Amino acid sequence: MTAAKDIENQNKKENKKEIRAKKREQKLKKNIKKTVKTLIFWVIILAVFRYFFPDHFPAAISMSSRYLKEMILVFPAVLIVMGLDDLWVPTTLVKKYLGHNSSLKGKFIAIILGTMPTGPMYIAFPIAAELLRKKASLSNVIIFLGVWASLKVPQLGVEIQFIGLKFSILRFIFTLISIIIIGIIMEKMIDTKVLFKND
Amino acid sequence: MVAVFINIFALILFIVSFSKNKEKSKQALKIAISKGIGLAPQLISLIAVIGIIFAFLPPELIKEFLGEDFSLIQVGAAALFGALMMIPSIIALPLAGSLIDAGASYTPVAAFITTLTMVGFVTIPVELKELGKKITIYRNSLALLFALLISFMIGVFI
Repeated sequence: MTAAKDIENQNKKENKKEIRAKKREQKLKKNIKKTVKTLIFWVIILAVFRYFFPDHFPAAISMSSRYLKEMILVFPAVLIVMGLDDLWVPTTLVKKYLGHNSSLKGKFIAIILGTMPTGPMYIAFPIAAELLRKKASLSNVIIFLGVWASLKVPQLGVEIQFIGLKFSILRFIFTLISIIIIGIIMEKMIDTKVLFKND
Repeated sequence: MVAVFINIFALILFIVSFSKNKEKSKQALKIAISKGIGLAPQLISLIAVIGIIFAFLPPELIKEFLGEDFSLIQVGAAALFGALMMIPSIIALPLAGSLIDAGASYTPVAAFITTLTMVGFVTIPVELKELGKKITIYRNSLALLFALLISFMIGVFI
């Protein structure tokens, strides 16, 4: 009986994997199509632009190619870091470490973990909710959310390349301080015991 | 210089990952490629738009709107714009850099980037559902307020 069930479960799992792989492939195809369409669209626009404003055209091309060059230099590396992050820092890891929290150590872990995984914000909210239900402190969860949103390591690379190191360092420091203050203020003002009573 | 550093960083990470787990590293490359293709349409548009904007908009105009004589209203507007927008920061950062190259000052640009990342009006429905009204309202309004502070601090220190 149990063996049969195990096999069934495994089949289900494999099916799910296949479906996911197929979906990913479809999405990739869609994105390739979109990229080609976008490329054609802008080539046409630029051709029209060149026809009507031949004087402005060289300036536009030199500016665009400058940015294209900078992006080619930086983006592949940033994307690889993001891909590695995705696989080596799974969200389960975040849940595991952020659940326990001694005051200062917890905040430190929240900051470190926030800078690593590279998902969008709407992935972070359910994680935050789960952590709160598991009695993680509100300030740590808010700090984690804030760092996740604004102080990601791969994004910092892009920021330094396109805006500058000094700007990036200043923004990092002030943002980190602000996020910690916001976390502490919110913990003082909101009683999480009341919040999740109804669950 | 920065690009060299980023590439070396990525290369080292990849080598470490590859020596630990080949399969995982290959998969990471696949993820990187599909993420890149997902971002490509926006990147292409960004490159084209930057070219056209700079060919047409004289830098004086950008300086006038976002330059040194910015007012509180301009910084507020930049902050609000960032809070309302839903652009991946990887796309927004080169755009912000191009504005600074054209003579925009750092404060409004910092306000835009900070609210873009810290405040999310578009994601509020998800946040409300997951974290409740109280946390959502406090978090976003405090973030908006602190974003203004951060941008002025950057303006002072840079």
